[in-house]
Amino acid sequence: MNVFMLSLVMLFISIAIAMVRVLLGPTIPDRVVGLDTINTLVIAGMILFGVATEEVIYIDVAIVYALLSYITTLFIAKYLEGGKI
Amino acid sequence: MIWEIIYIFLAIGIIFNLLASIGLIRFPDVYTRLHAGTKCTTFGSIFICLAAIVYGLWKWYNGYASMIIISIHSFFALIAILLTNPTGAHAIARAAHKSGVKPKKAVVDDLEGKK
Repeated sequence: MNVFMLSLVMLFISIAIAMVRVLLGPTIPDRVVGLDTINTLVIAGMILFGVATEEVIYIDVAIVYALLSYITTLFIAKYLEGGKI
Repeated sequence: MIWEIIYIFLAIGIIFNLLASIGLIRFPDVYTRLHAGTKCTTFGSIFICLAAIVYGLWKWYNGYASMIIISIHSFFALIAILLTNPTGAHAIARAAHKSGVKPKKAVVDDLEGKK
């Protein structure tokens, strides 16, 4: 088994632990923090999958996913502040 | 020799990402959870990208000419993570303080009443 695939399995365990905080967070910023952590872990997992299968397209998807998840986080933060978007 | 470097980088990245998730479960507060969930994932993702870069450079050195693209694109993904992750964490902390979440067990709040 490829060592990058094994690391990907460990990242899936980490994502599953972080999902618990999203499900039972007491306040809304707790859930946003969990979502941000899951986004970063998914980016790292996409890079590992691209290296494991030696396909460049997954790493390109990881770059685009990083920028889009950043926009999502800023959007939710601006909504929580109560300002105009 | 090159595989030991890749193993060490992957081990550091996986351990720090697991510690980020465990800290996200066990800390008592939004701000401390943000401290665990953002800094540790940034550090771990840096080392996972470094492992990908070293692997691509090694395959390129051994004659697979198209594998340099994996190194270059992993470097751009690393730059994207480094730029976006601390900025998002700062935005979440500011939004949490403005929406009225207090730090647990805090005595002094220096930002109280400030815009």
